[in-house]
Amino acid sequence: MNIRKTKDLFMKNSIFGIAGFNIIIVFLIFLFVFTNSMKFFTEFPMGDFFMGKEWISLSEKYGLLPLFMGSFWVTLVALGISVPLSLITAIYIAEYAKPKTREGLKVLIETMAALPSVVLGYIGLYVLSNPIKEFFGLNTGLTALTGGILLAFMSIPTMVSISEDSIRALDKSYKEASLALGANKLETIIKIILPAAFPGIFAGIMLGFGRIIGETMTVLMVTGNAPILDAGVLSPVRTLTATIAAEMGEVVQGSTHYYSLFAVGLVLFAISFATNTIADHFIHKSRKIMGK
Amino acid sequence: MSILKGKGEKIIENSIKAVGLLSILPVVLILGYIVFTGVPSISWEFLTQAPKDGMRAGGILPAIIGSIYLTLGTILVSVPFGILTGVYLVEYSKDNWIRRTINLTIVNLAGIPSIIYGLFGMAFFVIYMGMGASIIAGSLTLGIMCLPVIITATRESLLAVPNHLREASLALGATKWETTWKVVLPAASPGILTGVILSISRATGETAPIMFTVAAFYLPFLPESIWDQAMTLPYHLYVIATQVPNMPKANMDGTLFVLVFITVGFNLLGAYVRTKFNKRR
Repeated sequence: MNIRKTKDLFMKNSIFGIAGFNIIIVFLIFLFVFTNSMKFFTEFPMGDFFMGKEWISLSEKYGLLPLFMGSFWVTLVALGISVPLSLITAIYIAEYAKPKTREGLKVLIETMAALPSVVLGYIGLYVLSNPIKEFFGLNTGLTALTGGILLAFMSIPTMVSISEDSIRALDKSYKEASLALGANKLETIIKIILPAAFPGIFAGIMLGFGRIIGETMTVLMVTGNAPILDAGVLSPVRTLTATIAAEMGEVVQGSTHYYSLFAVGLVLFAISFATNTIADHFIHKSRKIMGK
Repeated sequence: MSILKGKGEKIIENSIKAVGLLSILPVVLILGYIVFTGVPSISWEFLTQAPKDGMRAGGILPAIIGSIYLTLGTILVSVPFGILTGVYLVEYSKDNWIRRTINLTIVNLAGIPSIIYGLFGMAFFVIYMGMGASIIAGSLTLGIMCLPVIITATRESLLAVPNHLREASLALGATKWETTWKVVLPAASPGILTGVILSISRATGETAPIMFTVAAFYLPFLPESIWDQAMTLPYHLYVIATQVPNMPKANMDGTLFVLVFITVGFNLLGAYVRTKFNKRR
């Protein structure tokens, strides 16, 4: 009897300790990225980092703007493709598809999410880049557009599944009231269901955005790795994430260059933190609407 | 007459159906490409030999073994840790600041880009803890990355376990831990298992977090201990696709196929477990 009580108490305390450890881990991640970034800012002026127009590590120029623009162009393309596609796909799956089709589509969409980013990078290099090069008559097919298309593909599963969940979770009374008042199915979807499901859909878009901005291997492989400020959709770019991945392998540990990559990491950390907080807020809001 | 009525309705509805089907076309094409180029490139030698001639010949055995070790290490780190945290959140905690903080940290851990895990793993495990680039440093990094999915899956599955099971067990004189271990966790296990499989599928395919924590560029031997570097499938694919000039295409297609076979296979297994579980409920 006593052994059982002791074991119970022991497990209670162990579980508490393990749960608390999660908080420590997040704290440690933040601490290590933050302190290493601060070491960078003691050696390099913060203004030159955030406003710098060139990133040339060999000549000690660590300007964030070209990397930021790289992420911007890739994200713009990706969102431009994935937001409308995901929204329409979610409407189709939630409102029009037959149960069998729905199950099949969901398995395919999950498979889409399961493809490793290095696989999409490979597809970009060996399948997608050449047609893009030929079609637009470019010198290289490794552009922001190529990366954006692949990242759109990668963010569609997140956006579709969260949007679809929030559409399907809506109370039936919304739909029935609208249909009873004489609206047809399409009017009900556009004027009633979409507005009511908006918080959930928006949360899905934010989480998809988080995946796009944080994706590393695909953009490293297919966007051409050129940190240029006045780039555009059809030129090679270099994103924030790809910069870390491309340069961390060859830096001297403890050098300014080494710490600069942590500063880029801190910027990414801040963006993803903001994105998640907003998404989380909207998820709670949508649960409230559904009365859960 | 609105555009949403009559003829307009039909046209728009058909467009929705077409676009809905169109958006999943790429995944079908990609899988088709991988299978058609990959299968002819696979041979027994390819799967069981070490790479030769600067990776341009031979097989990918060290990368397969390295990925298996790393995945096992990730499971050892993330599964007990993630499940017990989920147990704390549902079975043990009250609605206090600790529970709210943990829930908040899970949300944020889930959103951190994988390259940040790589940065952290390198700065903390590899350098600060002095582990060096090794299987253990990589497993810990990937294990932390898997935590949010496993914790969330555990939490949701435990919440779905009806309370009368707990009450019956406690009424029979079982302690809280005995109830959790022998009654609640078994009832929640299919949902937890799905979460575990899905997060492991993701971890096996990840490259960014392991680039600086474990992955070896070219190491034609099998790792001997958890303190060794190792080749892994995703990093090997990255290396041969971008860093090795004149790489034979068949070799890359074969590696691609093996990697996708494993990750998508895990994923389908997860989907299967979940469907079975949903039917039973």
